[in-house]
Amino acid sequence: MSVKLGLMALLAEGEKYGAQLRAEFEERTGGTWPLNVGQVYTTVDRLMRDGLVEQAGDPDPEGRISYRLTEIGRAEVDRWWTTPVDRDNTPRDELTIKLALAVTVPGVDVQQVAQFQRTATLRHLRDLTRLKHDVMTRDAQAGDARSRDLAWLLVLENLIFMAEAEVRWLDHVETRLHQEAIRVAQAARMANENPALPTPADHPTITHVQEQIR
Amino acid sequence: MSTPLVVIDGVTRIHGSGPTAVTALDNVSLTIEAGELVAVMGPSGSGKSTLLNVAGGLDQPTRGHVIVDGDELTTMTPRELAVMRRRRMGFVFQDYNLIPSLTAAENISLPLELDGERARGARRHARAALDLLGLVELADRYPDAMSGGQQQRVAIARALVGGRRFVLADEPTGALDSHTGEEVLRVLRERCNAGVAGLLVTHEARHAAWADRVIFLRDGRIVDSTGVDRGLEDLLESAGHTP
Repeated sequence: MSVKLGLMALLAEGEKYGAQLRAEFEERTGGTWPLNVGQVYTTVDRLMRDGLVEQAGDPDPEGRISYRLTEIGRAEVDRWWTTPVDRDNTPRDELTIKLALAVTVPGVDVQQVAQFQRTATLRHLRDLTRLKHDVMTRDAQAGDARSRDLAWLLVLENLIFMAEAEVRWLDHVETRLHQEAIRVAQAARMANENPALPTPADHPTITHVQEQIR
Repeated sequence: MSTPLVVIDGVTRIHGSGPTAVTALDNVSLTIEAGELVAVMGPSGSGKSTLLNVAGGLDQPTRGHVIVDGDELTTMTPRELAVMRRRRMGFVFQDYNLIPSLTAAENISLPLELDGERARGARRHARAALDLLGLVELADRYPDAMSGGQQQRVAIARALVGGRRFVLADEPTGALDSHTGEEVLRVLRERCNAGVAGLLVTHEARHAAWADRVIFLRDGRIVDSTGVDRGLEDLLESAGHTP
């Protein structure tokens, strides 16, 4: 998540000081990405250095400094809304790496790795679903569509869909492992009955297939 | 600790015999408290529907016990089972199973009338069931004048009419779009919050997430369980890990 562009989007609404940026960022994303004040000020400093944000006048009587977007900053935010997020630049996913390693490292029970993860992800999914149910019940009682709750709901639903995708992928992993185990067992049985046939340890090569065709 | 409303104890179900015998359920044990919704997930052929059928007395186990609301289903005659299903359990299926020539209220009151209740009393119960689910405006509509989501909510009202305490749902959201499916689950969830025990078979994790607990079946066995019963902790412990 680009904290930089998130803060700039908030500044596009008007001048804000640091603590306000932090509070609004957290509130509008449902506290999903907590920021500390230090992070906010470091980011604002960088944005000022790059000419995207500037100080809006002198500090107020309490010593708080307000910030606003420059013209270049405003153009950058406008561009952000109309440009798709780059999905090629996917962060490394620990679970994918863990499972990829689990199938190649001897002695690891991959089935169990997938199973434990699915249990944990499903619990997470259940907690998210409860939160969503609470937000929706609150909205129904309030009788209006509050935009802050709507923002939180969208974030929650994104997390729900991601957790669901992970569970589906883990189901697929388990099925794949199961099929592979059956295939290996069958191949081993056939090899026992007919030692001339290839064993699963033999990688099928073109020559191999060609030999079989012959 | 309260007594569970549903106890499935060491249930095995074998279809057929001899070399072609298929073990659909293999020593499955599960309890469901009143107020609890348990979801069952697992690949095709893992035994999900068999478990639901056995829990609902639609099928008898080869071995083991099924106790619902204090009564053992496995020793009942088919006639006793039919009465048990009609009076104390409710079923919700993927295709709603509403009778097209009856209104929503008539569909709901039918099981009560079949059970000997007078039409007037049965209709009153049906209205109450619709009211509980916020569906009173559908009372006089026929199924073909209702959306899929509305039909399924009426089916839930029918499953719970007359104070039934155990509802069994087999892929109840299968034919619905994501939003409507969610509405149906919300209704089911709220009924469970009000004290009903629910058993839900689904292949959608997002829908299973409405349950208090999710159990996974593979080849007729429970391989995994989430939720308040320390399922994960037990699994981790048995595998020698500290959670």
